[in-house]
Amino acid sequence: MREKTEGLAAAQSTGEAARGMVRELVTHFREKRDALRRQWVEQMTAKGLLAGLTPQETETESIVIYDTCVGCLETGQYDGAQAYATRMAERGILQGMTTDQIIGGLLTLRDVYGRSLFERYQREMARLSAALDVYEPVANRILSIVAMAFIEEREKVVREEREKVVRLQQEVIRELSTPVLQLREGVLILPIIGGIDTQRARQLTEGLLRAIRANRARVVVMDITGVPGVDSKVANHLLQTVQAARLMGASVIVTGLSAEVAQTLVAIGVDLSKLNTLSDLQSGIEEADRLVGYSVTKTSETAARNPRT
Amino acid sequence: MEVPILRQGNYLIATIQATLSDAALLKLRDELVERVGKSRARGVVLDVTVLDVMDSFTTRTLRAIAHMTKLRGARTIIVGIQPEVAFAMTQLGITLEGVETALDLDGGLAALRHGTKGGGDRAR
Repeated sequence: MREKTEGLAAAQSTGEAARGMVRELVTHFREKRDALRRQWVEQMTAKGLLAGLTPQETETESIVIYDTCVGCLETGQYDGAQAYATRMAERGILQGMTTDQIIGGLLTLRDVYGRSLFERYQREMARLSAALDVYEPVANRILSIVAMAFIEEREKVVREEREKVVRLQQEVIRELSTPVLQLREGVLILPIIGGIDTQRARQLTEGLLRAIRANRARVVVMDITGVPGVDSKVANHLLQTVQAARLMGASVIVTGLSAEVAQTLVAIGVDLSKLNTLSDLQSGIEEADRLVGYSVTKTSETAARNPRT
Repeated sequence: MEVPILRQGNYLIATIQATLSDAALLKLRDELVERVGKSRARGVVLDVTVLDVMDSFTTRTLRAIAHMTKLRGARTIIVGIQPEVAFAMTQLGITLEGVETALDLDGGLAALRHGTKGGGDRAR
């Protein structure tokens, strides 16, 4: 118990000493603000870390950074540094500033602060070490905050790029895969290739309904040869498309149900009796012609043998 | 709001002009069924182009009209359902089963004239 109290008292006194040292350092950095900051800017210029910044920008930014760092030291709060780092990271990426420039700049500032502490306490080793004990954790923390902000920003940019590419590709695939084609007056063909999910089914239906109105179609041949894995969900989507087309006055012929698909659908008990289905696209088109009243005849045997003449 | 019922040859044409109240719909039903017999019409085209919503009552009444006129010897074809309306109806599971539909007035009349079952006709 007694030991604990002593420990506590000792901790309190060290805390007190540390706080005193913090105040001392803050005052020191504030007093030497202009000299240290100039020194810092000179060193950064010498290292070529300020490329791409106007002198004015250098001036304002360096003041903000300097004061933010001293502020962190004074209050022990890093919110300001965090916010500033995030802002810098966003801006830095946008303006093409390298991580090297930002981190390099902060490392230089750390050196400048450190060296000024050495100069001030070079004759009192004990106080120098106390000062460094206070100063170094703060400097390290700020550096890590900035570094993290940069890494996060980079990752965010990369992630956004990747998502954009994926989104674009999805759009392209969707648009490519659901064309509605007019075969003859009043007859549309809708070849579906690829899987059908709710969103695609909706797009497909909307596209088809628009095309029915635009082309005044009476019959639609929907070919699902290219749809893999037709299950009850897909069948349901197709059924809805067919019903919607029917409400617009167009009848739908579904073609391209393979033997496997037919077996699966019957096995899982999907009722497609409301659908007019045929085995392949050709019979679908023939049926559509019949419904609309077209008949296709071969003009002559010769032409059939030599299509070019 | 009255729905005008026009006679065109053997057919009656009823074009809905604005959103109808339930009562007006029922009135339209009664009048159509009456007129089919009186004018010895063989077909009815019911144009719903202006309707941007088809609720279950409307659909039920339309279906009733189709079935009733059928019993009086006239085919009814519903025309002019808009793409958005058709899409919304299927989403809600409302289908006009057993009722003939056509794209527009023209399509409806053509279907009646040719005696073909119009486009989306499967009366199942």
